[in-house]
Amino acid sequence: MERHFDVELADLKSSILQMGDLVEEAIIDSVEALKQLRKDKAARVIAEDKIVDECELKIDEECLDLLALRQPMAVDLRFITMAMKISTDLERMADLAVDISQRVLELADKPLLKPLVDIPKLTLLAQKMTRDAISSFVNKDAELARIVISSDREADNLRDLVQQELLNDYISKNKTTIPRAIPLLLIARHLERICDHATNIAEDVIYMVEAKVVKHHLEKLDENS
Amino acid sequence: MDNKIKMQAKNVDFFYGKNQALKNVNLNVYANKVTAMIGPSGCGKSTFIRLFNRMNELVAHTTLKGKILLDDLDINSPLVDAVDIRKRVGMVFQKPNPFPKTIFENISYGLKVNGIKDKAFIEQKVEDSLKKAVIWAEVKDRLNDSALKLSGGQQQRLCIARCLAVETEVILFDEPCASLDPISTAKIEELILELKKDYSIVIVTHNMQQAARVSDYTGFFLLGELIEFGKTQDIFTAPKDKKTEAYITGRFG
Repeated sequence: MERHFDVELADLKSSILQMGDLVEEAIIDSVEALKQLRKDKAARVIAEDKIVDECELKIDEECLDLLALRQPMAVDLRFITMAMKISTDLERMADLAVDISQRVLELADKPLLKPLVDIPKLTLLAQKMTRDAISSFVNKDAELARIVISSDREADNLRDLVQQELLNDYISKNKTTIPRAIPLLLIARHLERICDHATNIAEDVIYMVEAKVVKHHLEKLDENS
Repeated sequence: MDNKIKMQAKNVDFFYGKNQALKNVNLNVYANKVTAMIGPSGCGKSTFIRLFNRMNELVAHTTLKGKILLDDLDINSPLVDAVDIRKRVGMVFQKPNPFPKTIFENISYGLKVNGIKDKAFIEQKVEDSLKKAVIWAEVKDRLNDSALKLSGGQQQRLCIARCLAVETEVILFDEPCASLDPISTAKIEELILELKKDYSIVIVTHNMQQAARVSDYTGFFLLGELIEFGKTQDIFTAPKDKKTEAYITGRFG
């Protein structure tokens, strides 16, 4: 039996999808601003964060109404409660894109300390993990969610590479590089945190689809790795 | 609340003998919306809904003060015939009450007493009404069976179809699911959500969750007073009155 409730659930799903698009765009734009050292682009990411904040509030309200008015059970209940958590993660991801943009504003007046190598790789990974995490939610795809979770290690490795290079090749050798090295180091950290949030979303998706808790390594995702 | 108002209660007081059952109730029923009345037993919600099609005047020693408007018509004006009002404002009761006649006759009866004789028209109207009430598929092969053979949920949908056959504009539901199982209840609720596209609906229910699920506006009654009225999502997520909050969170009632 097709329920009126299903239409409301589909609306919630599209709200999440819309927020996910905005967040993905913010991440891409913040790193583009870095690559091109463009203050205007960075400033736009910072300004547009309020749209993402509004999305979060709207989704919270939609979820609250559905919980109060529809008394959801089982898979519906898991969908709505996870949508609430996912919107919180997405909002934090957008905040991290703002953090990256603020670092760009700090860096933009001088040439970059070094050509960017691992940061673009980390950006691509963050972007992919974000997109896959949202698709896994929308399509209730636990398999894709597991791929997202297993990518998190790669994100950690890339962040470590950036960190080591900056520490060993620049900061420890020449202290005057510090003002230009620290923002890059932080950007790698912000990107890695974005991947952590994508991982959180993926974990919530597995709970939503399979009612299985995989957070805090309660389930070994990949025995061979 | 910028919707079109279909019915209106203005400064309504109602008495059973000397007992005041409703105290200065003001409430709007919006067109093509579902308005729910909730509240503990004896709070006056059923008495209130019965004013909307003059059912209370069948009870002896009752007094109504204030006005009930249907569009802009004062339904209690001496010039207005109660039968006409009940045609425009239909009612579905707690216990399904089909006539002890065939399924077909249950629907055609209202048309015949209104003087309609065209057989083809009646047949079409019966089919349309049963389809609208989402019971056609279950009864189309046994229209000449007794309506009393139907299940409780089917009988209730038949009673809804009976309302729809005449030119109803507003449907009043007085605890329509109180005697039904959860599946039949879900069917009636889905039906109500479908019907509001064409009708204005008022529902009295003991079941707060049901009010939350089906209604757009909710009124909370307590001891004959309308304590709070507002959009259902506001009433159930952030009621303004402490008494409403206590009731919907199960702290009393």
